[in-house]
Amino acid sequence: MTPRVTFAVVARVLAQLRRDPRTVAMLIVLPTVLISLMWWMFIDSPHTFDRIGGPLLAVFPAIIMFIVTSVATLRERSTGTLSRLFTMPMGKLDFLLGYALAFALIAVVQALVVVSIALYFLDLNIQGAAWQLGVVAVLDGVLGTALGLFASAFAATEFQAVQMMPAVMIPQILLCGLLIPRDQLPSALHAISDILPLSYAVDAVIGVAQGNGFTSGVGTDALIVLAFILAALTLGAATLKRRTA
Amino acid sequence: MVKNAVSCRDVVVVRGDREVLQGLDFDLHAGTVTGLLGPSGCGKTTLIRAIVGLQARVTGDVSVLGLPAGAPKLRGRIGYLTQEPSVYADLTVTENLRFFAAVLGVGSSDVERVIEAVDLGSHADVRVDRLSGGQRSRASLAAALLGSPELLVLDEPTVGLDPVLRRDLWDLFHRLADDGATLLVSSHVMDEASRCDRLLLMRDGDILADETPRALLSSVGAGDIEQAFLTLIDRKAGAR
Repeated sequence: MTPRVTFAVVARVLAQLRRDPRTVAMLIVLPTVLISLMWWMFIDSPHTFDRIGGPLLAVFPAIIMFIVTSVATLRERSTGTLSRLFTMPMGKLDFLLGYALAFALIAVVQALVVVSIALYFLDLNIQGAAWQLGVVAVLDGVLGTALGLFASAFAATEFQAVQMMPAVMIPQILLCGLLIPRDQLPSALHAISDILPLSYAVDAVIGVAQGNGFTSGVGTDALIVLAFILAALTLGAATLKRRTA
Repeated sequence: MVKNAVSCRDVVVVRGDREVLQGLDFDLHAGTVTGLLGPSGCGKTTLIRAIVGLQARVTGDVSVLGLPAGAPKLRGRIGYLTQEPSVYADLTVTENLRFFAAVLGVGSSDVERVIEAVDLGSHADVRVDRLSGGQRSRASLAAALLGSPELLVLDEPTVGLDPVLRRDLWDLFHRLADDGATLLVSSHVMDEASRCDRLLLMRDGDILADETPRALLSSVGAGDIEQAFLTLIDRKAGAR
């Protein structure tokens, strides 16, 4: 890994995003629109919104980041730029980390917007501090990014990459504690949910909502999410092939 | 004594159950321009990808600048032009080249040099997706020239270019070779053969001839390279 190369990728991905305002708007505005929709649906039962609003702050950014980044490396494969980069001193981890850091910046803006709107316009009630919710929401956006990059290293074509969303993300959404608390799942499914990254992303948000600070529970969940992020990027780098048939 | 920039010994590439390259043996002499000619589908691109270290399932020995093809130490010493322009369509020519220069760790003065070399100075700040096909492929070629690599492997660099520009690029290739670089330039247009120092004629994953253009014409007794190519195929068919 070479920092010079990693940051060259970060700068380039951000320059490309600047040219693509529609994608940036989708990344930043869409989670807010979706959570506002949920608020409206439950306008007559604010307690329900308070219960699911937090987990949705983890789930929506993760899904949206996943979809956008899952085609990222495929685009580079189909245009041949990945081939060119692999004949240069470009580490596979430089490549994925560059994308991850660029999208992490987007995740910061995304979290700032969606958390502010949820707390101050939609009156989402949480016991913990706003900044804690912000930090956890950023981590969850980066988790979606890292899983998307991992999926895109796995897929051979963009067509295969888009199929990864239902395969990788929907089971996690079902089991993450959004629909029913994880401890009420059948024991086998509970065990499965214990190894899925989104479960910890949602646990962290629920922890913040219940007022458990980073020192009591939320910190552990956040660290587990971070570990999943690093694992996804490392495995993605290992999966990405320089030599192809 | 002439050093070899690339040496291939018994190079085989299998895709599915088909041998795409059937045991190739040849050397590329340092400081020369070698034309890799043959019809589309004959294995030119596969051979090129084997040399730059991107082809999977290569057997035999591919040695590049004294190292096995694909060795990490070769990264940055080879300029590779893919057949499709491999530049970012949503960035300008200069932005593209600055990025690749940063990856290679070469200065921005090199960016200006390569833009001039491919004659894109007037379009340096235009987004690549607003360029014509020929301009796009020149932007891609400029990226391959960054850092003055010792070996340039160019997959069809002159497709779709007007004759004046083609001549200018071939002049550029020879200037680079005079400065010590080794070039392998693929083409499916036989009339580019006369511009090369040496020729590799390929067909069906095999090398039909590995000679200078003049030696090829006189040994086969043909008037032009296309005729020589046909004669060689006929001879091979007769020998079977």
